[in-house]
Amino acid sequence: MSSLLAQAWAIAAKDLLLEFRSRTAFLSALVFTALVLAIFNFARDPTAVSAVDLAPGILWITFTFAGMLGLNRAFGLERENHAMDGLLLSPASRTALYVGKTIANLAFVGAVEAIALPLFALFFDVPLWPVLGPLVLVIALATLGFVAVGTLMSSMAVNTRFAELMLPVLLLPFLVTPIIGAVQTTARILTHRPFVELVPWLKLLTAYDITFVVLCTLIFEFTLEE
Amino acid sequence: MAAASVSGAAAVLEVAGLTKRFGHVRALRGVDFALGLGESLAVFGPNGAGKTTLLRILAGLLKPDGGAVRFGGELLVRGNAAHRRRVGLISHHSLLYDGLTAAENLVFYGRLYSVAEPRAAAERALAGVGLAARASDLVGTFSRGMVQRLAIARALLHDPDVMLLDEPFSGLDQGAAATLRELLGRLRAERRTMVLVTHNIDEGLELATHVAIQVAGRFVSLGSRDGDLAAYRARYAEATARDV
Amino acid sequence: MTAIPSAERSLRRSGLWMGIALVLMAGVYVRALAFTPEEATQGLAQKIFYVHAPSAWVAFLAFGIVGVCSALYLFLKDPRLDLFAASAAEVGTVFTMTVLVTGPIWGKTIWGAWWTWDARLTLTLFLWFIYLAYLVLRTAVEEPGRRARYSAVLGILGALLVPFIHVSVYLFRTLHPMPVVLRPGRPELPGSMLITLLSAFTVFTLFFIALLARRYAWARLVDARAQGEAERADTSR
Repeated sequence: MSSLLAQAWAIAAKDLLLEFRSRTAFLSALVFTALVLAIFNFARDPTAVSAVDLAPGILWITFTFAGMLGLNRAFGLERENHAMDGLLLSPASRTALYVGKTIANLAFVGAVEAIALPLFALFFDVPLWPVLGPLVLVIALATLGFVAVGTLMSSMAVNTRFAELMLPVLLLPFLVTPIIGAVQTTARILTHRPFVELVPWLKLLTAYDITFVVLCTLIFEFTLEE
Repeated sequence: MAAASVSGAAAVLEVAGLTKRFGHVRALRGVDFALGLGESLAVFGPNGAGKTTLLRILAGLLKPDGGAVRFGGELLVRGNAAHRRRVGLISHHSLLYDGLTAAENLVFYGRLYSVAEPRAAAERALAGVGLAARASDLVGTFSRGMVQRLAIARALLHDPDVMLLDEPFSGLDQGAAATLRELLGRLRAERRTMVLVTHNIDEGLELATHVAIQVAGRFVSLGSRDGDLAAYRARYAEATARDV
Repeated sequence: MTAIPSAERSLRRSGLWMGIALVLMAGVYVRALAFTPEEATQGLAQKIFYVHAPSAWVAFLAFGIVGVCSALYLFLKDPRLDLFAASAAEVGTVFTMTVLVTGPIWGKTIWGAWWTWDARLTLTLFLWFIYLAYLVLRTAVEEPGRRARYSAVLGILGALLVPFIHVSVYLFRTLHPMPVVLRPGRPELPGSMLITLLSAFTVFTLFFIALLARRYAWARLVDARAQGEAERADTSR
């Protein structure tokens, strides 16, 4: 077990080192996020609809699409020089590969979200500071489910002809639950609703995360063997 | 062609009745051979003969449909990490990350193979292939020949029992090929068991103690290499002509 | 080589079953239109229900089959399971589209709006997206072994996703009329309509099975022919 984590960590660290060196994917995701947030501003009539009403939806659509940009990166970088063969040749377990890639993706998407969130608060004049704790919790819950399934889907999508199109087609149906849960909880958090109203949604998000993290971890090796 | 052990020595690598199909295409239709310590097999054959498939099964990257592969008597089992520890693969792809330095690449692989003290092992491996001076340079800046040397260092890092080489000379210029030949000669002197796959008959014959010709998924010829290279060339030309 | 005649026989047999199922369907719908009373408030439009509800049942049943066959394939590796799952997915997609077409027609007539994000229809919409993802994935992967594995992974994940989407959408909103047959206590439908409905369910299921068998027989025939060709190319080497 500890060797599985050690291998997963080695893989994640390698991915993050590569990304840190080139920064291309990360910067692209950031620019994309800022642009999408800015465009949303022009997509609504500020006199008709208040920012707080639309804010949760805008935030989560932005997170989703920026996140999806980053997901294909994880297995895409193994195509260079057939590095994937190097990983499969090694004694590292397939599960360690999945866990490592998921950790790297979580770090990537988390970093994008960490920068997008204050930008969002700025653009839409939404006071986040008083509710930051619960908000971060919800973001973490939804992101975990999103990244776990997204990493698995991208391991398949990168082997198809139009990987960038294939990933959304495969992944978006699976994002219905995290997005509905995230938007509903975010809306209630921003309007300071009592905690009891959040509970059913939090339960749903947690159940989804547990189910799909376990399932994806177990099923991942079937996307690799030949 | 039914072939039993290649020599009398105890088998480091033993392959029996290997078959593999992809959909409706039969890539391997029964391959048998055995190699003892220090023996190396060169497998020649035209494209599409299934040589790479054979090598990938030996490397643990593919599972055979039928037959068995044994390392030192131990049967290769599906998903067997112990098996993968015993082989090293050198391919015409480098399997390296251009965005990492030479040392970082080796340390990473060292960690995956649970090599003790990966940093020290990486330094030794780099020195062994003459790349110690370039340890902190990004692999993306390396020439093709240097990449191939680093790939050898990577393959040897965990001291495998069996070395597998898939068209290692492809894409190399004269100088790089000479360096590679020298390195491989050293491996042979170290009595490493090797399986080399290539469609270029000249390169393989130097290194091999045994030679096989593979056509359409099976060995049509298998035996120890003797001095008469011309005979091999003739047999190879005949076998490939038949296949067309 | 013996695979081809056997596949051709299956194809002919399933054609016969389809014919029978179609005749039975015609019978049930004649009954539905001519011999079943009209519903008081909804009028003639309610009769769409006899197509809409059984289609929904079949759509979800088909995906259940996809899920089960996918799981079995990953354990047993039998390519016939993959062919069967793919056939079920194609047939299921068609029934799902039937639901998505009859639903809005019915909705427009009784609620005045084509699409109201009603919980059940929304779930069916997402089922349709999952089906499409499955079919698109299959077209995007060339190698048959990999295609089968990827489809199986998606099939299992999709099958487990459906209950989550159901809960998500249900928590979000509910507009659908209460389930008339499955309510605890006595069903709301008067006897005659209930019989028509249950007959419709039965006949639709039969039609689905026949259609699935035919699609699967066709897939096996195509596969057997491809194998025959590959073998011919083989032996000539």
